[in-house]
Amino acid sequence: MSDPVTALDGQSITGQITIADAGPTGMVTLRANFASATVMTGLVDVGLVVPDANQIASGDGTTTLWMSPDEVMILCDYDDAEAQAQSLGDALASAHALAINVSDARCVFRLTGQGGAIRDVLAKLSPADLRPSALPVGMVRRTRLAQVPVAFWFSSDTDATLICFRSVGGYVFDLLSKVSEPGSAVGYFG
Amino acid sequence: MSHRLSSGGRLINRANPVSFAFNGRTMRGFEGDTLASALLGEDQMLMGRSFKYHRPRGVVASGAEEPNALVGLGRDHSYEPNARATTTELFEGLEAETQNHWPSLEFDIGAINARLSRFLPAGFYYKMFLWPRSFWKHVYEPFIRESAGLGKPPKRRDKDHYEHFNVTTDVLVVGGGIAGLTAAMAAGEAGSQVLLVEQTAHWGGRAPVDGPQIDDMAPNAWVTQVVSALQAMPNVEMRNRCMGAGVYDHGYALLSERISDHAPDKAGPRQRLWKVRAAQIITATGAIERPLSFAGNDLPGVMLASAVRDYIVNFGVAPGKRTVVVTNNDDAYRTALTLKAAGLEVPAILDAREDATGALDEDARAAGIRVITGRGIASVIGKGRVEVVHVCAQDSDGADYEAIEADCVAMSGGWSPVVHLWSHAGGKLTWDEADAHFRPDPDRAPKGASGEVFVRTAGTASGALTTEDALVDANRTGQAAAMALGHKARGPAPRAEPESRQVTAPIWLMPENAPYEKRAKSWLDFQNDVKVSDVELAAQEGYESVEHTKRYTTLGMATDQGKLSNINGLAVLAKSLGVAIPDVGTTTFRPPYTPVPLGAISGEAQGALFQPIRKTPIHDWHEANGAHFEPVGQWRRPYAFPKSGESVEDAVAREVTTTRQSVGLLDASTLGKLIVKGPDAGRFLDMLYTNMMSTLKVGKCRYGLMCSENGFLIDDGVVARIDEHTWLCHTTSGGADSIHGAMEEWLQTEWWDWKVYVANVTEQFAQIGVVGPKAREVLDAVSASFDLSKDGLPFMGWVEGSLGGIPARVFRISFSGELSYEIAVPANHGRAFWDMMLEAGNPHGITPYGTEALHIMRAEKGFIMIGDETDGTVIPQDLGLNWAISKKKDDYLGKRAQMRSHMTDPLRWKLVGLETLDGSVLPDGAYAVDEGDTVNGQRNTQGRVTSSYHSPTLGRGIAMGLVERGPDRMGEVVNFPALDGSPQEARIVSPVFYDPDGEKQNV
Repeated sequence: MSDPVTALDGQSITGQITIADAGPTGMVTLRANFASATVMTGLVDVGLVVPDANQIASGDGTTTLWMSPDEVMILCDYDDAEAQAQSLGDALASAHALAINVSDARCVFRLTGQGGAIRDVLAKLSPADLRPSALPVGMVRRTRLAQVPVAFWFSSDTDATLICFRSVGGYVFDLLSKVSEPGSAVGYFG
Repeated sequence: MSHRLSSGGRLINRANPVSFAFNGRTMRGFEGDTLASALLGEDQMLMGRSFKYHRPRGVVASGAEEPNALVGLGRDHSYEPNARATTTELFEGLEAETQNHWPSLEFDIGAINARLSRFLPAGFYYKMFLWPRSFWKHVYEPFIRESAGLGKPPKRRDKDHYEHFNVTTDVLVVGGGIAGLTAAMAAGEAGSQVLLVEQTAHWGGRAPVDGPQIDDMAPNAWVTQVVSALQAMPNVEMRNRCMGAGVYDHGYALLSERISDHAPDKAGPRQRLWKVRAAQIITATGAIERPLSFAGNDLPGVMLASAVRDYIVNFGVAPGKRTVVVTNNDDAYRTALTLKAAGLEVPAILDAREDATGALDEDARAAGIRVITGRGIASVIGKGRVEVVHVCAQDSDGADYEAIEADCVAMSGGWSPVVHLWSHAGGKLTWDEADAHFRPDPDRAPKGASGEVFVRTAGTASGALTTEDALVDANRTGQAAAMALGHKARGPAPRAEPESRQVTAPIWLMPENAPYEKRAKSWLDFQNDVKVSDVELAAQEGYESVEHTKRYTTLGMATDQGKLSNINGLAVLAKSLGVAIPDVGTTTFRPPYTPVPLGAISGEAQGALFQPIRKTPIHDWHEANGAHFEPVGQWRRPYAFPKSGESVEDAVAREVTTTRQSVGLLDASTLGKLIVKGPDAGRFLDMLYTNMMSTLKVGKCRYGLMCSENGFLIDDGVVARIDEHTWLCHTTSGGADSIHGAMEEWLQTEWWDWKVYVANVTEQFAQIGVVGPKAREVLDAVSASFDLSKDGLPFMGWVEGSLGGIPARVFRISFSGELSYEIAVPANHGRAFWDMMLEAGNPHGITPYGTEALHIMRAEKGFIMIGDETDGTVIPQDLGLNWAISKKKDDYLGKRAQMRSHMTDPLRWKLVGLETLDGSVLPDGAYAVDEGDTVNGQRNTQGRVTSSYHSPTLGRGIAMGLVERGPDRMGEVVNFPALDGSPQEARIVSPVFYDPDGEKQNV
């Protein structure tokens, strides 16, 4: 089979921060009623921890993002996503649930930068409250970046991940590159 | 003469001279100057011409309120009109040109308007433009339009870029004077997160000029100390050159930060628009001094008293050598003292009050300045600038008392708090009799969703006019804001000495009984040439509302929005109407406080980032292969792929012909793809589609229609049953997001208890159409894990597996009438699959085709297109799609609406094919005329063209259209006149022009 090619195709650029294609990433959307005992029992069987609202849960090689009260997204290796979706579907076969591989539907960006530079850059495009107290490490924020929907989260003060739909990957890359240009530092978040 | 003093100027650096160009003439100032101070330093008092009469105008103010000194800055790709010289920081190479004159600033033909001022009274535009009609075109538009107006819009694209910045914080403090600093300190010390902004480049506001001792320190020293203390606080962020532009509901505020206006060679954005969400907003915006209304008060050299001392103290520039001070309050005495201290002459202070007993008044007398009370200015005379001041008794009709030679008049009509930001979000004002101004009424503050106060004022902006009061007020406000956020706040305000102050006299006209000819020369609004007599005329003509008067007279319009004229104007209106000032009220204060460039508002959204362009996984191939694109939703889809030297029309014809005869390739990735799953999914889809989807068998596809609750067709597409509980719904390219949204809405509101989940997987897949009689041969050339034969994968079936080693779902569906496969592969493999198909199809001359070929082929088959055959008023029955409407179902969205009498009217326009008699192509959208006229005298119509193409397959024009009783009128000829009225006759035929029996797709 051909190698998977993301919309960003490995691009990266460094300005105030470094904006880089995180490469093919496994993504599985799971929709279910997480208050249901049947659902939760099934999820325990496959070892999936459902994060609290707006939070991220990490498991064995996977990261689970809270997306809405009845939706989470599981990040995993690109090659494992189909099997992940399948095993979740099997585990929840007796419940009402939808597990589907959406690895190709989105672009994943890795953002790295010192001090508060990542927050400064994101704040130019997103109305989200980016204060570390409001968006600490371990929380995911669904919001918009200029004119398109995105989600982002910090894995450390200097490292963040951003996802957007594949078709606007180029737009998001250009946006972030533009507002991260040298000379445009805000210095608000330190 | 205005001139640079030999010493002084706390903001300038005399060691660093700066040269700049003013109307092409090279001039010099110093680092730290504003354009206005540098011009005054060069004795350039004349800085512009007024809007209507083209009167010569000099600078009046020293800050954001300036009405006169408006210039065009820069040139070509960095030109900005209507920039205030008073807020423009000087830099080496600055180019400024004055506005609103021809041929030159000094000699302006338009000044003839001033001679005609009698004929240009209040409401001139409304009175004049009514008649005669022909004058509109030949007189008003070319001449009056040309002579009115300020700056010209830039002609070139702005070379700069801009950005936004979003901030959420506890407390936003607007204004970095001593009140803003105090409020920020109070809130910050209590533990609140604070953002403090100041519109100028300097902290401290007026205090360093006016000189009060604070905490036993000189104001400069105090400001420096507090600024460093604030800068050291981790919870306080400070920005200067950052103006509070607007305050809106929910604690939302816009700030406009000038980053490189003063340093144009700096990299990065020129300006940054801050979008702040603050729990509490404190406006410490200070106050603006009011002019006095006397005859000749618009002569260059007549300035606000505060501005006169600003230029001396801040920039070492004296607006004149001999300055007459005229006032109704104590504050202007500071100007006299400042002038005296700078060694300049002050022949007199004219105080309109009957006596002058304040501390400052005493100081002035002690300094040897002649103070004349009960006096005002009868008129100021001079040719282009102040020469003689005629003094009169304030309570007179202007009879001369004495004439004083002077080259500058420093006027003060009292101070008005800057209430703009307070008022933007609904804060109300109260009239303060003692200080004769409107000030914020803290009992009627802007409030949030839960009734909490979210805007507070601090210092002079509250109406606290002495330093002591302002600091106490600011400290209290800062603490109140912090306490509203649950912080504990305590601590005393900075200390200042109490001031003994005499009340301000409400003087709205000088002298009190000035006759008409004086009132007609007493300017209220310098920028828009509105005089006392104009407002009086408006009142006389029945204008009672201040809002109406504003629009009738243009008082308070244009770039300064009446920062100087507002209160004086409404006081004159109140007097004319015989009512109290608070009963007249103010006009509405609207954002922005001062103009914000459109570029800053659009932020990063310019050039390539103006709008997101969605790209399919194959987009790069399209670009590299010369695709002619068209927008579809936010996608760019190839319209056609013209080869080198080939016209777009020829390319379209070639694409259609090759596809019909051999095989074509289509990037259909933009099609919406929604997964609908759950025990109630079938029932749900039966409600959404007009036909039955619950009965669809696994492995099969069915075409379906979706209507709105009102019955109108909104979307269509092929639905595939994936498994017992799962359906895949294809939507139109533009409809994917809205249909997904509609599904969620129904599931979350009306049918919340139905067990259905929807996922939008539009972008998960690249979808590629392999279309044409050779399509199967192309697919057979790559290895497939499934049977693609006629019986193995029959028409309207789908299979899943791998194709050429790539996971694929193959749908045997056709929008062209040909043998056709649509193959969905993971988007990250889409380009590889496309390349594979090109290679496999090479022996057959496979041809990528665009949306126009797609449209032509579907029209040849009589297939409808959402957005062409539908426009939001068309129901499926209009389109002959009754076969796709289930009769068995109790309900579906739109069913009841489609039973309304109008929807079942036999006279509805219905879909037919149209064939021109001469084979030509009908214009898209053309109407078919009918006999007679409508009540409006327009021709009756009986139909319209919805799609029209040249069919390369049939070698003639084909069209689809909606025609009254169309299907009953087969063979009739109707007339679709061209735009020039010439007849174009077309015969009503079946909309299926090609392969009516569907044999081609079923092979």
